[in-house]
Amino acid sequence: MGIILFLVIVVVLILWLVGAYNGLIALKNQTVNAWKQIDVQLKRRHDLIPNLVNTVKGSMNFEKDTLDAVVSARSRAMQSGAEGGVKETAAAETALTGALGKLFVVMERYPDLKSSQNVRDLQEELSSTENKIAFARQFYNDVATGYNTRQQQFPTNLVAGLAKAEIAELWEIEDKAERAVPTVDLSLQKPQG
Amino acid sequence: MTAGLNLFEQQARNRRLTVAWMALFILFFAWLGFGGDLALYLAAAARTEGQVPYHFPWIGGVVTVVAAITTWVSWRKGPQQVLWSTGAREVTTPQSFEEKQFVDVVEEMAVATGLPKPKVYVIDDPDPNAFATGRDPPSACIAATTGLLAILNREELQAVVAHEMGHVRNFDVRLMTLIAALVGVIVVLSNGMGRLLRGGGGRGLGLLGGRGRKASGPLLIAAAIVFVLWVITLILAPFISRVMAMAVSRDREYLADATGAELTRNPGALASALEKIETHEAPTTHIKEGAAHLCIADPLGRDVNSREGRLADLLATHPPMAMRITRLKGMAFQQMKAAGQLPTA
Repeated sequence: MGIILFLVIVVVLILWLVGAYNGLIALKNQTVNAWKQIDVQLKRRHDLIPNLVNTVKGSMNFEKDTLDAVVSARSRAMQSGAEGGVKETAAAETALTGALGKLFVVMERYPDLKSSQNVRDLQEELSSTENKIAFARQFYNDVATGYNTRQQQFPTNLVAGLAKAEIAELWEIEDKAERAVPTVDLSLQKPQG
Repeated sequence: MTAGLNLFEQQARNRRLTVAWMALFILFFAWLGFGGDLALYLAAAARTEGQVPYHFPWIGGVVTVVAAITTWVSWRKGPQQVLWSTGAREVTTPQSFEEKQFVDVVEEMAVATGLPKPKVYVIDDPDPNAFATGRDPPSACIAATTGLLAILNREELQAVVAHEMGHVRNFDVRLMTLIAALVGVIVVLSNGMGRLLRGGGGRGLGLLGGRGRKASGPLLIAAAIVFVLWVITLILAPFISRVMAMAVSRDREYLADATGAELTRNPGALASALEKIETHEAPTTHIKEGAAHLCIADPLGRDVNSREGRLADLLATHPPMAMRITRLKGMAFQQMKAAGQLPTA
């Protein structure tokens, strides 16, 4: 009788162990995948910027500083994306978002630029990519929070070491930059009519 | 009431309701199939005074087989049929700036949900409307009319697409495809059995009472009551099943509004999109009744959808627009309060 009870307890424990371990691994992979999705969108933005700069350069000779700021913010972002951690990448990409936002505001002053179909398409492409970055970030933060919560909760935290689970860093942005984003959105509103 | 609940509580509540509605649908089906058998069985029991030989429930059996096959076929073909009936064309390479923006916004929402990008369809119709269909996220399709693309700005279009993506993520598209299939089956069954009954009516009544002079009273009365109830449900079945489908659809609209707001974190944009759609209330001529329950706003421009009250609760496919807008504005207010952005603060 005692042996049967002992065996039942052992089996239940093993089943729980397998379930908790596999659950953690699944969450870990989801987190990694969500991070890769941000990366895809960041790369897309890096690829689009030279296009935009070349297109507007001719008409915007007087705004050399703004254009230079975008170009250098882009190369800094690419560099920290290649070697830095979550925090550095987040900071560099936020700076790039700010520089782009400034450029879009300045572009509003050039009516011939605004009416050009090419520029309009590029602007739509870039603002869509900006949105995708924001949404990918939101999705990553949600998934990572779920992963972090699970590995800290009892009793799953007992298996966390076994599954080599580590706290995933969230992609946070500074308050200042967050406020700058709506300005970009406003400048990109579809012209009526 | 429910307006005070947060997004996650609303989602949980709506999921529970859906399970209850599905259970009701299945019970209704079972009654349609096996109710007739029960009446026959009771009648046989009355004749033989309880000594009933083995009685195979053949009405229930036939109904189950027919229902299973028909449901399966419309389950597989349903989404394509809906798109075909509205004359939607798939957008692979955008032809205009509006279409490009639409495709971009759908991609954004796919990123926000972490789901594969649904197929994008456009319907050439000046009335603003949109719907989502499919069996699961990988097979999902999102369609919008050219009128919708024309009147909404980017943020509002994003909000509407987020609403549709909410239908996809919450598996509403699956539920609505399934329900459309079930309603179709019930209509077919009701018509078919009605014809059988009219043809073999004399025989059916004969089984119930003809030789029943010597039958025992209570059992025969029970048989008659069950039979009459069964015939009445058979006649009302198409109507009842539509009402049930509409109730499921109404709940799903609130849930999709909530999910859309959760995805964009911008409930205000959806509220203003709904306001714009409402002011263009002309019927969407390309969307027929069969797809009405899928749309963001009732395409038929029926009055019941703008009213509240018992009758409207029964017949509308959508909750009253004013209620939806009020709820969304409430969410926007809560969001601003949480962020400390209230003008008075």
